[in-house]
Amino acid sequence: MSSTNEPTRSHGLSMRILRKRDFYAGLLMIFFGAVMAVHGPSYSLGTLMHMGPGFLPTALGVILIGLGIAIGMMAIGVPDGEDEDLLPPSPQWFAWACILASPLLFIVFGMYGGLAPATFACVFVASLGDSKATWIGSVLLSLLITVFGVLLFHFVLQIPMPVLKFFSWSVM
Amino acid sequence: MITTAITDLAHGFQVIIYDPTTWTHLSINLLWCFIGVLIGNMVGVLPGMGPLATISILLPLTFGMKPVGAIVMLGAVMYGAQYGGAICSILLNLPCHPPHAVTCLDGFPMTKQGRGGVALGVTVMASFVGASWGITEMIFLSPLLVRVALQFGPAEICSLMLLGLLAGSTLARGSPLKGVAMTVLGLMLGIVGSDIETGAERFTFGLTELDDGIELIALALGLFGIAEFMNSVNQQAEINTMYTNVRLRDMRPTKEDIKRSFFPMLRGTIVGSLCALIPGTGPTIASFVAYATEKKVSRHADKFGTGMIEGVVAPETSTHSSVQGDFIPTMSLGIPGDAVMALLLGALMIQGIVPGPQLISQHPDVFWGLVASFWIGNIMLVLLNVPLIGIWVKLLTIPYRFLYPSAMFFVCIGVYAANNDMFQVGEVLVIGILGYILLRLGFHPAPILLGFVLGPRFEENFRRAMLISRGDITVFLQRPISAVFISLCVILIGGQIYFRLKPGKKGPAGSEVEQPLAAE
Repeated sequence: MSSTNEPTRSHGLSMRILRKRDFYAGLLMIFFGAVMAVHGPSYSLGTLMHMGPGFLPTALGVILIGLGIAIGMMAIGVPDGEDEDLLPPSPQWFAWACILASPLLFIVFGMYGGLAPATFACVFVASLGDSKATWIGSVLLSLLITVFGVLLFHFVLQIPMPVLKFFSWSVM
Repeated sequence: MITTAITDLAHGFQVIIYDPTTWTHLSINLLWCFIGVLIGNMVGVLPGMGPLATISILLPLTFGMKPVGAIVMLGAVMYGAQYGGAICSILLNLPCHPPHAVTCLDGFPMTKQGRGGVALGVTVMASFVGASWGITEMIFLSPLLVRVALQFGPAEICSLMLLGLLAGSTLARGSPLKGVAMTVLGLMLGIVGSDIETGAERFTFGLTELDDGIELIALALGLFGIAEFMNSVNQQAEINTMYTNVRLRDMRPTKEDIKRSFFPMLRGTIVGSLCALIPGTGPTIASFVAYATEKKVSRHADKFGTGMIEGVVAPETSTHSSVQGDFIPTMSLGIPGDAVMALLLGALMIQGIVPGPQLISQHPDVFWGLVASFWIGNIMLVLLNVPLIGIWVKLLTIPYRFLYPSAMFFVCIGVYAANNDMFQVGEVLVIGILGYILLRLGFHPAPILLGFVLGPRFEENFRRAMLISRGDITVFLQRPISAVFISLCVILIGGQIYFRLKPGKKGPAGSEVEQPLAAE
């Protein structure tokens, strides 16, 4: 760790802080706080006795900005070389994409295809994200969950979603 | 007092067991309780699945059920998961369930010595003892708390909620500052939607779907489902099946084991029930404190970590007594201590039951039914765990690559089924991404749920308190009970700052507590 200290020492405080995780954590909180504090007053603040709908959001926004600044300041106290990893040691971009695509496909196939294709697509794509996944294993798992899901949700719990819609392309 | 408690409890048992309208004269609630403990026990064993995600997935399925059945089943998942959680720690050395992480320290060495079965056996015993004490505490303490809480006005409710929120966010894991930030974020998310008093639409950004606010289920499944899956995909340790062959007769502890477990069990119970009463210190902290206490009390402190049965019994007992005890503030005051309790409270609210001190008198069926179901559920769990241990252990070998894709489906269909609205599936996706970003930035998202569930009630009571006091903010300090809560808040914050500024000394909940967590 001492060797990594050498190059960073030449930079000033501002450069050092830009590498810290806490700095970005604070920034994100300041952003959320600012959204609330700026939008809040537009819902009418009212008085302390007759509080308007904008009072609490504005107050919370200000508090969150304060907390964000405090969290960001903590980054100064963190020594060099620690807490600088915004990404995990081995980023799983493909797996993350698969997990996030899974609900998206559920929405698309659910709206235009029905419960069965939505379930299949959702499970299949999600399972591809695992590095040990095989095509055959993913297909079998998806089929199994599709059968189970249709039985449980369509026939037992009777949610109002057709099993198959044959791509009629008319929204609902 | 004891006679009323017994009659009330008898009423609870009647609610759970007896129903003259069915052909067997058995109530359907018994079935819900069984399904709950079964699912809970299962997800407790499965590495990478938690009770939070499971309860959120099951939540939409309970909409069609009666309130008693719904809360009995969801509660059963919660304590059922605690029974399963230890299996993973003891046999695989995987601390996949935080309340059982500390059990690894002595549980896994026992497994390596070929005494894994015994460890599991005493765990079941310890669990039942701990849970029984927690339930007894709930029976006698809740009515007392309620008697006090019924005197509360809006000002007291407000400061009590503030205390609950602060404790929940600062005593949990991670940086207290970040915890508080998460609570505030949760309060903000709770504000989204129409204002209760004026109907003004706040932070909906023109989306009519957000008028009713953010869906609790979407929030919970985004934070504890999708974000968790993103965090743990391809990060699973290789599962070592070497020790997963446990048979029933391996579980029988010797006389010596039972003798050595007796006092740790007692101490664990005490630690657990104390931790349950302090808001914000859930089962995880209870288990670490119990382990640390046991190590301090023991004459063989140096042998801890080499398979001491005391190091398994004490944390397990305290976890269970704390899990049952956590229901006390949740059910009697309406103040949840952690995210799971917040979710259960949310489930009650969806059923149209207003949480708070009036719950026990207005809905005795729900409260006493729940208490009775705890006894029945715990007995079911002992019966499920002892003879069927072989089956549960086999569950450990289900790989994560089959688990999370299936769970993704349940996440999607769960949020959809809550309102039959595809918009919510999009909501869960956005919250999932946000949740993962927060995780990467070192935030623990659990307090968000706490803030989210308490937020609307906090705002309502705050406004009312201000209206009654004619805009005098000092009302919170003028009323004595409220002043006590506020000063506790100040002590809590002051204590956190004091322990942080003083190097070498860490938080009150234990220097030793944080070491095993770091190892995790």
